[in-house]
Amino acid sequence: MLISNLEFMTGKKIIKHIGLVQGSSVRAKHAGRDIMSGIKNMFGGELTAYTELLQESREEATERMIQQAEAVGANAVLNVRFSTSSITAGAAEIYVYGTAVIIESDTSTSAVAS
Amino acid sequence: MEQLIATLVFVTLGFFFGRRAEKKHYTSLIEREEKLNALPVIASRIPPYDAPYEQSLVSGSVVIANDYFKAFVAGLRNLFGGKVRSYETLLDRARREAVLRMKVQAKKQGADYVFNVKFETSNISGQYSKKLPIVEVHAYGTALKKIA
Repeated sequence: MLISNLEFMTGKKIIKHIGLVQGSSVRAKHAGRDIMSGIKNMFGGELTAYTELLQESREEATERMIQQAEAVGANAVLNVRFSTSSITAGAAEIYVYGTAVIIESDTSTSAVAS
Repeated sequence: MEQLIATLVFVTLGFFFGRRAEKKHYTSLIEREEKLNALPVIASRIPPYDAPYEQSLVSGSVVIANDYFKAFVAGLRNLFGGKVRSYETLLDRARREAVLRMKVQAKKQGADYVFNVKFETSNISGQYSKKLPIVEVHAYGTALKKIA
């Protein structure tokens, strides 16, 4: 599956636009990490636990979007956007969406990855 | 009275540790930025047409918090209005760090450019939002690698 946030593929034709595909994931961190981050918070700096948490969350959302794209028979997702919103204290939603398309698989170039 | 003392202790701790952390971060940012200068990051939506490219999504994110001292100063600044320097540097650091992480990922794939870079900033502090801001910055774009 090819994922890109450009609107087209360079050097490839889009055969068919299928439509919007999306994925989302809501995650909360456990209390222990929360407290540790709270302490770290006073001195400033990066909160690695949260960075990792959001990274994982984003990967999961992307994974779900890819599953959806595969289900509708697409081989690429273009114009991908992310959005984040904090719902309550300690939980954040990651939402990712894009356009599922079928692009030509040209044999002369090997750009189309699995 | 006890609360006042506690606040003062946190403010002084925040002042020293926060300042040191910020200085360290800026030095490392400048150092790493110089190393990755050769990889251009472009905000344009239209990729170059000169050759076929391999496209893939790259991203970098960072969660960063302000220290107690800066939050305190920003609170005071709120009374009079004007530039809030302490938050400006916080967001500046976060954005540069996110871009750097994105570049590192692109470099690993051997990319020539990163196109259509977008930033996303969100406040994830939840219940602490009044006191201590925690900000997440996420930068993402498309890495283009020339197909030989």
